[in-house]
Amino acid sequence: MKRPSRRQFLIGGSAVGGGLLLGYGLLSPERREVAGSIIGGEGAQLTTWVRIHPDNTVTFYVPHGEMGQGVHTALPMMAAEEMEADWDLVRMEQAPATPTFANGPLGKGYLTNGGGVPSALNGAANFATYKLAELMNLQITGGSTAVRFTGQFGMRVTGAAAKEMLIKAAAEKWGVAEEECTARLSHVLHEASGRKATFGELAELAAEFSPSANPVLKNKKDYTIVGTAKQRFDIPAKVTGESMYGIDVKVPGMLYAAIKQVPVIGGSVARVNDTEALAARGVRAVVTLEDGVAVVADNTWRAKQALDLLEVEFTDGGNGHVSSDSIFAQFDKALAENDGEEDVEKGEGAEALGSAKTVVEADYRVPFLAHATMEPMNCTVRIENGKCDVWIGTQDGLGTRAVAAQAAGLSDDDVTIHPLMMGGGFGRRSPGSPNHIIQAVKIAKEVGAPVKLTWSREDDMQHDYYRPAVSARMSAGFDEEGNLTTWVNRYIRKDEPAEASHIPYAVANQSIRYVESEVHIPYGPWRSVAHTQHTFFNESFADELAHAAGKDPYQFRRDLLKDQPRHLAVLDLAAKKANWGGPLPEGHARGIAVQESFQTIVAEVVEVSLDENGRPRVHNVTAAVDCGEVINTDTARAQVESGIIYGLTAALYGEITVENGAVVEENFPDYEMVRLANTPKMDVHFIESGAKLGGLGEPGTPPVAPALANALFSLTGQRIRSLPLKNHEFSRSNRLAQAAD
Amino acid sequence: MISLQVNGEWRELDVEPEMPLLWALRDELGLTGTKFGCGIAACGACTVQVDGVAQRSCVLLVGAVDGASVRTVENLGTADNLSPLQAAWIKHQVPQCGYCQSGMLMAADALLSENPNPSDADIDAAMTNICRCGTYQRVRAAIHDAAKAKA
Repeated sequence: MKRPSRRQFLIGGSAVGGGLLLGYGLLSPERREVAGSIIGGEGAQLTTWVRIHPDNTVTFYVPHGEMGQGVHTALPMMAAEEMEADWDLVRMEQAPATPTFANGPLGKGYLTNGGGVPSALNGAANFATYKLAELMNLQITGGSTAVRFTGQFGMRVTGAAAKEMLIKAAAEKWGVAEEECTARLSHVLHEASGRKATFGELAELAAEFSPSANPVLKNKKDYTIVGTAKQRFDIPAKVTGESMYGIDVKVPGMLYAAIKQVPVIGGSVARVNDTEALAARGVRAVVTLEDGVAVVADNTWRAKQALDLLEVEFTDGGNGHVSSDSIFAQFDKALAENDGEEDVEKGEGAEALGSAKTVVEADYRVPFLAHATMEPMNCTVRIENGKCDVWIGTQDGLGTRAVAAQAAGLSDDDVTIHPLMMGGGFGRRSPGSPNHIIQAVKIAKEVGAPVKLTWSREDDMQHDYYRPAVSARMSAGFDEEGNLTTWVNRYIRKDEPAEASHIPYAVANQSIRYVESEVHIPYGPWRSVAHTQHTFFNESFADELAHAAGKDPYQFRRDLLKDQPRHLAVLDLAAKKANWGGPLPEGHARGIAVQESFQTIVAEVVEVSLDENGRPRVHNVTAAVDCGEVINTDTARAQVESGIIYGLTAALYGEITVENGAVVEENFPDYEMVRLANTPKMDVHFIESGAKLGGLGEPGTPPVAPALANALFSLTGQRIRSLPLKNHEFSRSNRLAQAAD
Repeated sequence: MISLQVNGEWRELDVEPEMPLLWALRDELGLTGTKFGCGIAACGACTVQVDGVAQRSCVLLVGAVDGASVRTVENLGTADNLSPLQAAWIKHQVPQCGYCQSGMLMAADALLSENPNPSDADIDAAMTNICRCGTYQRVRAAIHDAAKAKA
């Protein structure tokens, strides 16, 4: 790999306004060379940066957006640990959305961890054409990648390299051997002579040395920062109201836009009469786009009020006949008519069902889901003198830059992204989901003034990129001795991650195949992506099989996981902590599920009862998590808690319905959320197995729906094969009658 | 002209009386700590205190609060001088994305003024705000903690 020159450091240093930049980046090397070095054995491609200031503080530049997952703190923890920085002297800034800070380690992570398409990129329909080299220019926050890729391959190495350079500097300054110097708490020490210098004092000299591409990383037993609970950098501003989200931006001369969107997805604007709207107080312009009509005014509310004064006719783009029912009927037909493409084939595959003693069959399905981030989509754009500035909370700074450039008719270099805090992401602010960005750019371009477009909640819910609705036909076979020998699954739509539909269980014959069935509802990655649907299918069906075999669902899984020690360990820990099999209050029951996602394995036990209206009431969720290693212990716990609530909301209430080609649900009253009063007690336990670092933003979500459905089966005898649970009536009478028999 | 006392200061607003307080605060007065979430009082992100009572400012018309005292998250405490509630929020590391937290804090602050030692059931009833990151368990713990700190 090309070594950066001294000159590059100085350029870097002056570019950020003084101080000293340590680290090494990919300052426009040949892309081919870059790609070659990713695959090659040599070191990491570092694009994360360390800046040491004369006052001995150190700033880490984090190439990911903060959406509450704590990445702005966890990544500096990893770098500071290796650097031996004093945590009290550590600062953080989000790296700008330019290729210099792009996320090489993310690309490397994808390539070295089984490869495949980053699920965060799903929806970018052109992914198949992504070349290796282009991966180097990713700047994506998604796929639970920040810690396991950027942290592991970038931040740790950056910190360690910086430490080595500081030690070299001290050794040269004092005329002693490097080996006699040690770094500790942002100082380099020479014990023999008692000499001591701050990182700040050594920084300028340190930059004379080339950073090593393969610096020695610390032994885990020597960690003092990683594996502790550090308070997040972003939290103080979030309790004083000072934290700036995209929606809070105010640019001089800025106008405010609201939009009336084409109701039927894929439809268009046919005719607009804006006379009345233009006459309303504060209204400056009406802009007609392909997918909506925007009113631009001097206040968000005035813009929104004037939308009601517009007379607009829309077309339905030929989708006006589509409904959720027609979509599921289309899926059923597709599954009936087509045996699909191979996902997994093992042993005799589906043929083995023919020789099975007992066959169990079940059809499952889940609906579309919206992300419903608390901060509705918004984007602020200024186009002036051939330059475009975009203020936005985004999971993909560079991708946003490219989208804005295209919409503005400018080159990428003429666009500057100003990344702001995200009021929730969950995949909605990721690549391939840019409708609000394109709208804002086009409005600002036409109006000729800076414009902030703010979507209403209704816009946000009805014009999302949705977790897909999916159906699956499951079947399984048992042999004469009651052993599970065959697992068959035919499902709609191959999604990412590729392994989401696979099972960890030792089943000799497996046939998992998929059928594509196009719908007009746009797709988006939704927290844990394909794991949300497949974990519900697989872990509910596994539970059915346990009951069919007359076995305890926990023991049934244990027996099939003998060769999966990490799965077994989390399953055992969750069962133990939840007191599986132990006494419960009258009318309560437990269910269990386990899933590996993003290299993290999570088992969850849910305890449920029915309230006086027969609705499920979740009391406890016990989670056991093996993510290899925990960086920030408190944030890690918070992420799993968050994933559980997100999954629980979807399981209980989540359903986006399509009627006449459009989304029916409008706002929170018809897209309900778990709230404080129905939040279960959550108890999260970690196993530090030392396995490869796993993600934490998403893996808490998948197991909760099947664990809850399995608990409800245990309680009521009713097997739930479709979500959400709000569509089902529950009664314990069946179960009580069975018990009485 | 509408006159409001906002965070202790009298402000004049030349706006339509039917403009919701939320947009007067955010777009006219530049107080963006109060958030827009749903526009129909369903989520609580826009919660402020009007004469000490927690109210959802997205449906509260500014004409209806003419002459009233409005308190927003900006008045709860500063980074250098946090209120006990904010300190508890930091101690429990409550916020994730943080977007709903201004509303959560204003609702919790109003709850504690009215009921200095709320039970779990009191918290359930008062704290109906939506948090998409699911910080509820920590919200509850932080409110109990702040109540103890104030006692």
